[in-house]
Amino acid sequence: MKDKTIKTIKFFGLSFLEPLLRALSGEETQKNLASFIKKTLFPIASIFLFILVWHLGATALFNKEAEARIEKAKTEQGEEAAKAMADCIASGDVSCQPNTLPSPQQVYQAYIALWKDHLQISEKKSDFKEKVADTNAQREEQGLSPITYTGRPSFLDQIGTSLKTVAAGFLLALFIAVPIGIIIGLSDVLRNSFNWLIQILKPVSPVVWLLLVFMIVKTVITDPNMDKSFIISFISVGLCAMWATLVNTSLGVATVDKDYINVSKVLKLSIGKQIFKIILPASFPLIFTGLRITVSVAWMVLIAIELLAQSPGLGSFVWEEFQNGASDSNAKIIVAMFVIGIIGFLLDRIMLTVQNFMTFSKA
Amino acid sequence: MPILELKNVNKSYGTGTSKVDVLRNINLSVEEGEFVAIVGFSGSGKTTLINMINGLQFPDKGQVLLHGNPVNGPGPDRGVIFQNYSLLPWLSVFKNIKLSVDEAFPNLSKQEKEKHINKYIKMVNLSHATHKYPKELSGGMRQRVSVARALAMNPEILLMDEPLSALDALTRGTLQEEIIKIWSKDKKTAILITNDVDEGILMADRIIPLTPGPKATLGPEFKIDFKRPRDITEINKDPHYKRLRNDILEYLIEVGATRKQTSDQKYLLPDLKPVMPGRVFFGRKKKNEKVKYF
Repeated sequence: MKDKTIKTIKFFGLSFLEPLLRALSGEETQKNLASFIKKTLFPIASIFLFILVWHLGATALFNKEAEARIEKAKTEQGEEAAKAMADCIASGDVSCQPNTLPSPQQVYQAYIALWKDHLQISEKKSDFKEKVADTNAQREEQGLSPITYTGRPSFLDQIGTSLKTVAAGFLLALFIAVPIGIIIGLSDVLRNSFNWLIQILKPVSPVVWLLLVFMIVKTVITDPNMDKSFIISFISVGLCAMWATLVNTSLGVATVDKDYINVSKVLKLSIGKQIFKIILPASFPLIFTGLRITVSVAWMVLIAIELLAQSPGLGSFVWEEFQNGASDSNAKIIVAMFVIGIIGFLLDRIMLTVQNFMTFSKA
Repeated sequence: MPILELKNVNKSYGTGTSKVDVLRNINLSVEEGEFVAIVGFSGSGKTTLINMINGLQFPDKGQVLLHGNPVNGPGPDRGVIFQNYSLLPWLSVFKNIKLSVDEAFPNLSKQEKEKHINKYIKMVNLSHATHKYPKELSGGMRQRVSVARALAMNPEILLMDEPLSALDALTRGTLQEEIIKIWSKDKKTAILITNDVDEGILMADRIIPLTPGPKATLGPEFKIDFKRPRDITEINKDPHYKRLRNDILEYLIEVGATRKQTSDQKYLLPDLKPVMPGRVFFGRKKKNEKVKYF
């Protein structure tokens, strides 16, 4: 039972919990507790250290900005105004707060505010749903599309939209890059012929991809009801992120162990069987490494692309908050930063788990 | 008519000045049901030889004939046991063998296939490991899977490319016995490539030494006429065994030594003059200027 649990948590990349489990079950308690402290408590301590440094830095920046404001008031309006400014800052009034790096506390408050905002909006949504339930039923009978809530999306909705865009972009990358990678990997001639194209397109910036996709989608899709910004952003994300998978797949297919190829030759496997039974399984480790990179890249470029494509999501949330300039805007941006980081980390872990599940390990 | 015949087979790698003649004038004829061992030092081209028989490589000159027809590719009539097992790590023991059974007997029903595969797994004593993966098996067990995979195709000729050279002495002994036991059951033609003279004496009907490369060729054959089943401890006591073993070893060492003597390779040493440490000059050196060292 214990060994099985440990195996499971290791599989999901949570191996830092292993010593604690072993210690709790009474196995070499002292040694395992020491190992737990080293592996788990020290990292937690490092989080507190990080927050402390952040706090000190934020305070220092706050003071500098506050002093600059007071100084400015003094030179422009005189002693009186400077005093008023100092009092105003000390009172914590919103109108005169220095606009700088928010402290951890402010970020936490912004996080709570965003969460409350989400609860409010979802309440409004369900209210709205109840209200229009009858009308929608009628409209459905008449063959009309139902009325949907068109209010402001909450922060969580934005996260959902971003995840949807990344998922669509990732699937696009998967379905383009893996088949092309296999075909290119199988043939030296094709690989040599298209290598220049791949090498040139690979380092192109997400912004340029976005513009390119915009040029094409604008012409191809003329239906005004379609969500053009979503289509543009997910295609751009897919195109930016697919190169790692493409290169890795073709490399994996091209460098299958010669022993396996000899086995397939000796057994006289047909081409299809050779690809699906030998070459693909043998190159799975590299293909999944490529897909893992693709997911990370997709998530990273997503924010920039959403920001530019005016497509809803975390990217536009960050940009709107920056333009907004409200007193807690900076704190909200930092919240978004952490959310983006944590989701990126989780996506990577999910891909790692899938990779472990799908690939063989050599002896 | 011999089942397998090699006629004046030549094989070289590379082109131009880097061309290496690996095998030259290989003549071999194997009768049906015979167990032939080809013994040679490492690097003498043994694997190249067996690859030409199984159809992964082709001779530059000469012919490899199977039942009188030239070999033009690999086929299920020749089962190969590779030196490094070559099991597919993502398939279990059962599925590794199933891959070859699917190719050799495409018309069998699912149950028949299963029965067939299990029969061979049992033959190599791996029934307890049917659904294990190669990484969970020891080296000896892996080679047994490889043996089962080759035998399950029911080939006419069994080709073994140093099958046991990566194993420890103990496992090696047991596997030698097992392979012989399986072979003696249905007396398939077998060709064993090995670098171990004892292994050849224990297993084969004939031992043919392969002279050290490059330009390796087959030496005079040695008949092994110990009664089967052979027992290694009994053979060890036999004075005839010692003589035979010494003869083969002596032959191999002798050809190796003469090969070294007759080597016509000349080493051109570069004409170098020592450079003394001293001043470094930039620009053109003035004529008649004396260079001062130190």
